[in-house]
Parts: sequence; structure tokens; C-alpha cells
Amino acid sequence: MKNNRKTIKMPVRYLMNAVLVALLFVVLSFVTKDMLSTYQNKVLLTVGINIILAVSLNVATGYLGQLPLGHAGFMAVGAYTCALFTKYSSLPGGISFAIGLVLACIVAGLFGVLIGIPALRLTGDYLAILTLGFGEIIRITLNNIDDLLGFKLFYGAKGLKNIPKYSNFTNVFLCVVITCFLIHTMMKSRHGRAVLAIRDNEIAAESCGIQTTYYKVMAFAFSAAFAGLAGGLYACYIGVLNPSTFGFMKSIEILVMVVLGGMGSMLGSILSATVLTILPEATRSFDSYRMVIYSLVLILMMIFRPGGLLGSYDFSVSRIVEKAMNGELFHKKAEKEGADHE
Amino acid sequence: MKKMISRRNFLAAAGVVAAAGVLTACGGSSSSTAASSGAASAAGSTASGDTIKVGVMGPLTGDVSVYGKAVVNGATLYLKQVNEKGGINGKQIEILTEDEQGDETQAVNCFTKLVDEGITALVGDVTTAPTLAVAAESAEYNMPMVTASATAEAVTYDAETDTVNENVFRATFTDPYQGVHMADYAYEKLGYTNAAVIFEKGADYNEGLAENFIKEFEAKGGTIVDDESYSKGDVDFKTQLTSIMGKDPQVVFCPNYYEDVSKILKQARDIGMTCPFLGGDGWDGLEGYATADQLKDAYFCANYAKGSNPDFENAYKAEYGEEYPNGFAPLGYDAAMTVVYGLQAAEDAGLEAGSDEYKQAVIDAIASGTIEGITGTFTFDEHHDPVKQTAILCFDGETPVLKEMF
Repeated sequence: MKNNRKTIKMPVRYLMNAVLVALLFVVLSFVTKDMLSTYQNKVLLTVGINIILAVSLNVATGYLGQLPLGHAGFMAVGAYTCALFTKYSSLPGGISFAIGLVLACIVAGLFGVLIGIPALRLTGDYLAILTLGFGEIIRITLNNIDDLLGFKLFYGAKGLKNIPKYSNFTNVFLCVVITCFLIHTMMKSRHGRAVLAIRDNEIAAESCGIQTTYYKVMAFAFSAAFAGLAGGLYACYIGVLNPSTFGFMKSIEILVMVVLGGMGSMLGSILSATVLTILPEATRSFDSYRMVIYSLVLILMMIFRPGGLLGSYDFSVSRIVEKAMNGELFHKKAEKEGADHE
Repeated sequence: MKKMISRRNFLAAAGVVAAAGVLTACGGSSSSTAASSGAASAAGSTASGDTIKVGVMGPLTGDVSVYGKAVVNGATLYLKQVNEKGGINGKQIEILTEDEQGDETQAVNCFTKLVDEGITALVGDVTTAPTLAVAAESAEYNMPMVTASATAEAVTYDAETDTVNENVFRATFTDPYQGVHMADYAYEKLGYTNAAVIFEKGADYNEGLAENFIKEFEAKGGTIVDDESYSKGDVDFKTQLTSIMGKDPQVVFCPNYYEDVSKILKQARDIGMTCPFLGGDGWDGLEGYATADQLKDAYFCANYAKGSNPDFENAYKAEYGEEYPNGFAPLGYDAAMTVVYGLQAAEDAGLEAGSDEYKQAVIDAIASGTIEGITGTFTFDEHHDPVKQTAILCFDGETPVLKEMF
């Protein structure tokens, strides 16, 4: 029976997704231009930035199965890199922003490697504490380095100002798509499967010849690089950077998005980042009760969906289309799903 | 098994639907969250002819809400009083309030939300970091904004590029000003010639005061015998204090917030230091945290001395059912007064609310105006900082009392 299943060829799958993404872009850009106010557009940008943060942390948390608490630190590295480059470069806006974002990725990724090598020798709570420490080191360094070395570059607690505001809907959307695409393709590749194998059973993976340290550091650096990208976008969105933004609570905020969405589910991360960003804004009319609503949503979610919004389920258009082609969309779904995910 | 899975799918679908619901809710109404006080308002989505919309924002929840609430309440109180007296040229002020939780991102979101709702001027923001973000954003709209309490120099004046943020004013004195002022006071009035400093490192406020105190005190001819710092969250200051005590200064300048100050004062007396302490407006709120013995000979500068304007204090109590909480409330009141002063000029000129000329008229009026506030009568200098006397407070037992204006 399996041999007779109709399948969609790989290029067609990619084409299908590309068309859908393009369609989404057209619809969204139409909506943002004509139907949303400036305020709602601003919220949409923060949604985009938070999606990148959540999806990138999901690589380290969901796919690699570690618990790093220093994600805001990498975001800070990217934010300051991009901010300094765009502020001081004399290149025209678009180009300097693009280079700034790439630099943000690279520098944050390097920090990821730097921190990953010692950190990933540990697991569980120890890793959490260590990465938390590194995140704080980055923040405190940014706060004090100017005074210590006697130059004026980061401006510490005074805040880095006059960062050109390049972030807009188009480039944030593009970055979200690129992030999701790269992470998706990496996770579907040999490297991605190695990462998943390490998550599921490290000893078994090692005995199969997978270099666990290499893959762990790679996934960690990948995660850090995209946090840097989000940081860069954030810097050019807000225009003013202050190290205190990238504190421990920011890391927790991102982690909450990932856990709420379901560890290891990209769609889950996207969905929960969207909901958790919009929720506090949408409930403004409840005044001081709005944070209660936010907390209530978290508590209810964890009681009724401890595995997160979508668990480890990942959405795939081609899979659904394939099922439809084979006429098993409804009556055999239960069996298939069970085999796939449990 | 089958049942389990269909339930999961159901929940996933429900999640998507809920998310969509939230999205549409966000995209839907644009009604103002705070109703106008007093007379009925003909609400339109843009600035309407019958009311003048004024935005008030601050951290009403979160870590710094104690300041945010005070500023917002103080500002709202003044705006309501204007409404009771018949508004500005017969037009009522519609107050739109937003909570930004002390967060930059939310502050920018709140600001754009208020702009979308058609405000003509803004009273806000409260703490420095979000105010900087809002100031950067508001420049694009040339929106007149008066911050009650953001003390960092960069809010109104960018030293990096030597430009003034044309549309931003503040009602409070700045960090550098306080540092300089207390150095003058210590040297000229109190006659001290050597001093020590202890401050929190990595905090804009504390560093700003300390740096400028040191600079001014030395420029006057005094000596700084010791310069000690600590980090955020420290609770034990004995190392630094012992070092200071070894240098035997006549006075210690301690420009920190009251939570730390109370600990520093206690530990200083514990190790046997007897010299007087000086502070900035971060000392506001110290009463109840330190004993009379610890507060002997301590002075600090503040925008507003308790009891200097009973009318305001009584009105605040009548409106909110409690004493005004700290010096931020009178500043919020004065910030609102500054905004109304500007609006009055623009209204007198008969300009169309919300237009570019209107905003510019508000800004020009404030820049050249004299505001008779409750924290003193003040004008604005070329950096848009208020020029006013400060109240020097000392302690009578545990309660701060006005010593003199300086």
C-alpha cells in the first residue's frame, strides 16, 4: 500500500510554500498599508521580531532539548552590532541595514560558539544557570565597558541613541521568512536529524557516530545567530538601546513563548509569539487587569496543554495536500498522526 | 486513542481561532480607553473641534509604577481642574491615558496609539529609558511632549550631535543640574571643602549626579577624597563606607534611590561614621526607612517640598482619597500645566487642532513661556530644561522639611 501512495516531489513542495509565503506577503502588505493604523503596524513589527526570537530559541530548546536562559544576551549582541554599524557607516540606508543585520547574525553566532563550547558540556539546570550567567555578563559588560576602557561607544546606561530607524514591515517580514526557511531546512537536513537524535538520546546518538559536541554547539550558535538578527531589527525599530532591556526577564519572556507554543514546533512558536505579543496590547482597555489576563492565559495553557499549544506538531501544507490526494484526509488521519508523532 | 487525537486537533484549531480572534480584536475598535472627564465629548477618531485631546502616559503597572501613578494622577488632576474651570477657551480637554509598564517597546507602541487617537500634546513619559525611546519617535511627528520626571540630559538635548530635541520639554530639573547644585550648596552654603561620593554604578541617574557633583565640587576648589561605587542589588556597603571613613570627609554625597540610601545610612552609622550625608531627589520617600539619628544633618534637594502648596495637596486627596505619594505627583501636575500653557497659546491663535502649525505653536509658546507651577515658577533654557530654584530639605526627626530654596 505504501508504494502506491501518491507523493509530491520536493521542488513542487518548495514551490507551493514559496507561493503561499508570497501570497501572505501580498495580503499582509495590503492590510498593513490600508487597513491598520500606525500603532497596529508597530505592534505587527514587534510580533515579527518576537517570532524570530521564539523560533530561534526553539532550535536550542525544542530541537536540541537544552534549556538556555541567555537568549536576551545574544539579542543584545546583535542589537548593538547592528546599531553601531548602521549608525556610523556612511553607506546608503538599505545597504548598511542589510550589512548590519548580517553582521549582527555573525557576531551573535560567534558569541554563541564562544559560550556554547563551555556551556554545552553541562546539561539541565547547570546549563540553564551557566547561560543565565553569560546573558547577564553581556548585559553588565555593555553597561560598564565604556567607563572601564574610557571610550564612548556603547554609552552604557545612558543609552545608545540616534540609531537610524530602518525596520519596516517589508524587511521584518523578509527576515521572519528567511529565519523560518533556514531553520526549517536545517532541521530537515542530516545535521538537523543529528540534533534531534541528540535530544532524544544522547548516548545512543553518540554510539551511532554523531559528534555530539559539534552538533550541540552548531545548533546553539544557529539559535544565537538568529537572536542576533532579531536584536538588529529591534535596534533599528526602537532607535534607542539600553542594556537593561536585555535583562534576565527578556530571556524568560522568549522562553515562555517557546514553551507555550510547544517545544520543537515552529508553528507553535510563531503562533504563541504572535498571541503573547498582541494579547497585552489588545487588552489595554482592561487597564491594570491586563497583566492578570496574560498570566491567566499562561496558567490555563499549562494546566490544559502542558505540552504547549501545538506540542511537537509541525504544520506542513504538502503533507495535507498529499493526504488529500490519497483520499485519507479524514478517515485515516488518526492512525497516521499517531504513527508520526508518538 | 482516536478520541485523544481529535481532542488535540480540536484544541489546536481552537487555539488558531482564538489567535485570530485576538488579531481581529486588535484590528477592530479604536475607541479611547479613558473617558473624558466633565462635559460630554463629541468623540471623533481625529482631533475634533469641541475637545482637545491630551495624552498622558506612564508606567501604571510594573516595577516603576509608584512613579508612573503619581505622575499620571498629578497630570490628570490638573487637566480635570482646567475642565472644571471651563476648559481652554471653552473647549474641554479629553484625557487619554496609556500604561507602558516602564518598557521601551510598549512606550513607543503607546505613543503611536495615542497619536492615532488624535492627541495634540503629550504629558509623558516618566522614567528615562522609555522617555528616550518616545522622544526619538515623537520627533517624527513634531508632537509637543512634556515629561514630568525624566531627568537624563539626553531626553531634551543630544550632546552627541549638539542638537536640542525641539518638541521635548521637561518639568523636573536634570541629573547634571542636581549634581552641580548640590556641590554648590555643599561648598558655598554649608562650607564643606572635602567630600566623598558613594553611588550605584551602571545607573544613569546615580552616575549623572555623582559625576557632576565631583566636577563642580572640584571646580569650586573643594577636594573629593574618595569616590566609591556599588552595583545594582548590593545590600552590603560596609567595604565602601569603611574606605570612605578612612579618608575622613566632611560630607558624603549619596545620590541614590531611597531604598539603597536607607541601608547606606544605617550601615554608615553602624560602623561609626558621623559626617552628614547629602542626596538628590531620589531620597524622596526615605521617611519611614531611616531613623532620626541616621538622618541627622542630612540634606537633599527636591522639586517640591511637602506642605508648600496645600491647595494641591488637598485637591489630590479629594480626588484620589490618599495623600500625594511622592514628588512625582506635583511634577506631573506642572507638566500638565506646561502642556495646557502651550495649548492655550495655540488655541488663542485659532489654529486647527493637530495641524503642523498648531503643534509648532504649542512648542514655541512653551519654549518662550513662563509657567507658574507648584514646584516653582519656571522658564525654559535653550536646552528645554526648566530654570528654577530647588527646594533643599532637611529632616526634622524622620520627616523631611523645607530648609530653604536654593
